[in-house]
Amino acid sequence: MSTLAHVFEVRGLATIVLASIRPVVEKMHPPRALYCEFPLGRPLGRPGDADFQHDVLSRAFTLLDAGSGPVLVDHPEVIEEASEALACTMPARFDPSLPACVDEANGIRRAYDREVAARGVTSVGRVVDADDVPAALAVLQRIADGADWKSVDIPGGNTIALVHDIRTYYEEAALQLADGPAPGGRAAEIWFYEQTEAGRTVMAARKAIQDAAGPFPVWFYMAPGHR
Amino acid sequence: MSGDQVMRDYAADLPVPEFEETAFTTPPPLSECRVAIVTSAALHRAGEDGFTQGDTGYRSFPTDARDLMMGHWSPNFDRSGFAMDLDVVYPIDRLLELEERGVIGSVASRHLSFAGNQPDDVATIRFDSGPAAAQELKADGVDVVLFTPV
Repeated sequence: MSTLAHVFEVRGLATIVLASIRPVVEKMHPPRALYCEFPLGRPLGRPGDADFQHDVLSRAFTLLDAGSGPVLVDHPEVIEEASEALACTMPARFDPSLPACVDEANGIRRAYDREVAARGVTSVGRVVDADDVPAALAVLQRIADGADWKSVDIPGGNTIALVHDIRTYYEEAALQLADGPAPGGRAAEIWFYEQTEAGRTVMAARKAIQDAAGPFPVWFYMAPGHR
Repeated sequence: MSGDQVMRDYAADLPVPEFEETAFTTPPPLSECRVAIVTSAALHRAGEDGFTQGDTGYRSFPTDARDLMMGHWSPNFDRSGFAMDLDVVYPIDRLLELEERGVIGSVASRHLSFAGNQPDDVATIRFDSGPAAAQELKADGVDVVLFTPV
């Protein structure tokens, strides 16, 4: 963003960066930046809170009053990411003949459909759509169980894109299944990777590919870096 | 250590392009400004081309578009906020409210999206796609650009 701010500003556009990583803007000195220490992925801070989002925008637009730059100001509020998984009621095991992750993915399909109907759009579909998520998980389960990852037909041929679709399918369904207040930053991630069968399968497949000396990008980006 | 802190520490040590000077454009009064959003969330409309890994291009979408998908390749940030509320990443409804209140002059007719995970030298967005995007926004009469990262 800071690079584009320089590029745009020199062409006559006044720019404001909502910065999420302070040392980067300190080094790149874009013309105007409001540093917002909010959960990564939520640059306006709080989903569903129009008043808070307006507060962020108001502070950002105030930077236009400065007569010279660079200008770097901190938003006064810090929002921490969640430390616990979102609370989520999951369907009971239905078909024990299926791998647990496949049965689970089938079980949350109605919740996913309700969420998509409510929003009118889904971010699932980079390489598989919702219909193909259970089969995709079955492929990852085979890798986790010892199948040679190079011999398995990975849907879309890309583990990163495949896990994106699986995780997004789960996280969108979880918004319909969650109990309590709106989940904080990374609460859905914690839930997916630590509490679902699908998350366990993804992590096991990731480790199997790593142990088989698979290329770093193939396995590493199947999960956030701190995992 | 939290996932966000790990990513902030990691990003803090990455090499960044150096700019010897900071250009500075003085805009008209905010109540007369035309404002556009440019996000690095790799948003794109459903049914249109998504972003490839290492994609250095950009996509544009009109102000009334709400069928936006998250096309970013990194697994290292929260996506549930976007799933709950588009405006927490792309505050288009907030901008429209500010236009209605007369705080800003107008909302641009279209807005842009890049992918945040760029090659380290960011050469293409610096010398090719970035300037092209700026030219498009200038042609739309934009005065102010709000950048939102993920």
